[in-house]
Amino acid sequence: MSEPAHDDAPKRARRDDTEGNLAIVGRSITINRPRAELYAYWRDFSNLPSFMHAVKSIRMEGSDRTVWTIKAPAGQTVEIETAVTEDVEGEVIGWDSTENSQIETKGRVTFADAPADRGTIVTAEIAYTPPAGNLGRLVAKLFMAEPNIQARHELKRFKMLMEAGEIATGDNRKPTDGDE
Amino acid sequence: MRALTWHGNNDVRVDTHPDPEIVNPRDVILKVTSTAICGSDLHLFDGVIPGMKSGDILGHEFMGEVVETGSRSTLKKGQRVVVPFTISCGHCFFCENQQFSACDNGNPVEKQDASEMLYGHAMGAAFGYSHLTGGYAGGQAEYVRVPFSDVGPIIIPDGLEDDKVLFLSDILPTGWMAAENAQIERGDTVAVWGAGPVGLFAVQSAMLMGAEQIICIDHHPHRLELAQQFGAKTINFEETHVREALMEMTGGIGPDAVIDAVGMEAHGFVADNVLDVIKQKIGPGADRGHALRQALLACRKGGRVSVPGVYGGMLDKWPLGAMMEKGLQIKTGQTHVQKYSQDLLRRIGEGEIDTTFLISHRLPLEDAPMAYKNFRDNQNEWTKVVLKTA
Repeated sequence: MSEPAHDDAPKRARRDDTEGNLAIVGRSITINRPRAELYAYWRDFSNLPSFMHAVKSIRMEGSDRTVWTIKAPAGQTVEIETAVTEDVEGEVIGWDSTENSQIETKGRVTFADAPADRGTIVTAEIAYTPPAGNLGRLVAKLFMAEPNIQARHELKRFKMLMEAGEIATGDNRKPTDGDE
Repeated sequence: MRALTWHGNNDVRVDTHPDPEIVNPRDVILKVTSTAICGSDLHLFDGVIPGMKSGDILGHEFMGEVVETGSRSTLKKGQRVVVPFTISCGHCFFCENQQFSACDNGNPVEKQDASEMLYGHAMGAAFGYSHLTGGYAGGQAEYVRVPFSDVGPIIIPDGLEDDKVLFLSDILPTGWMAAENAQIERGDTVAVWGAGPVGLFAVQSAMLMGAEQIICIDHHPHRLELAQQFGAKTINFEETHVREALMEMTGGIGPDAVIDAVGMEAHGFVADNVLDVIKQKIGPGADRGHALRQALLACRKGGRVSVPGVYGGMLDKWPLGAMMEKGLQIKTGQTHVQKYSQDLLRRIGEGEIDTTFLISHRLPLEDAPMAYKNFRDNQNEWTKVVLKTA
């Protein structure tokens, strides 16, 4: 997901934020916790639904394949299968969708020390093809319409969970069933 | 439970709501014993703060008794606590640097988008103060859910009654931080616009910080008398040319530091304010800033500007040239309440600071709608309302 840039800004912040047929979105956030701890939490994919609210469940298929079940309206769900393509402990996790997926997507999350002991800079970058067809449109509407906003929200929830130990809510009572 | 509920501009009522419950591990539920109406609640009453929804429970100055604790709370049932209006996690970069009102983790993620668009960064969270600051239910109620209870609430020792400590929730630390932001030096004259609760606490604080002369500006004679009780000189802007008086009372230099304790709904029949009033009638998001403009022009060269007054949107006719050419420094922000809690509690306990002088009315919660109206419309006599739930 890198190509020569004219300035030092990441691709996702440039006016041309596409790579071939892929749209690139992403976000950086600084989390006041050690790099190793954040990497370890993320690398255990069964933790991800705790802050990725669109993800209903995650199922491991063999050693490097993961099936993501994504929530859709009216009780429907959509499945995406990904394979881990890159994994450096404490630094980066990358994934690609497989031929079994209904959409094409790839992404990576990196963990880097923030300056002056301010914790860790976590950057998530996701490339995807804007999906086509009826199912594609449904999927787009459900969870791809604003992948940038979704990435921002998920990273913020991750930060809350890691720093504060819980995800803030203004609700005065426990949710009854099925949030959002 | 019963709670003061916002229904629209000029329309607040005491309604029945479901009792709150523990939602997150660090929560407690508080049975409210005393809660106050803040001047900034009047901005909500007047409809000049965006992000309100009908049904919202107001109130960010409250205290009470812990009746339920979450699994990770450090409080115990039966403890009496005052709750800071800022909801702060205690662990993010900002909390660790004592900038509690800038906390990253109190404002729910989905509520952060609006202020992130409006201000460039998401706001911190507060109780009962619109969905921009999280949509949390406020404390003008019989019960309230308090998140991050291991960080915010101030445990009150026996023997200090509610009225002495309630204002640790907001207006006392806000006045204190306003004076601190004025960076008072020996010999300084400090001018304070607004003899409301925050202005009066700023006067008291500036005195304790060693100001040589404090001049308080307002148009309510009774409120100015209260400022005089703390040793301030006064200017009534309906009788006097404020800037001329400030120059003449400072040997032609101007105040070394100015404090705007008025905020977005300044009064006065002058040209800039009349235009601002019209814009504000059209919709929220336009600020009325006559007091701040006057303060910037009055401040001496190289002086300090402290702004505790609440602003929410855009202000035009801003004398930026005066700021630059005179080399003014400006400090502002929502109060980092938790930073000041223990020091101010000690000063109250030792009798150095008195807060009870301010309270003009003690009323049952059921009278809150009437109290809002009077606190806004009869400001001379209604200096502070404390609502009692029992």
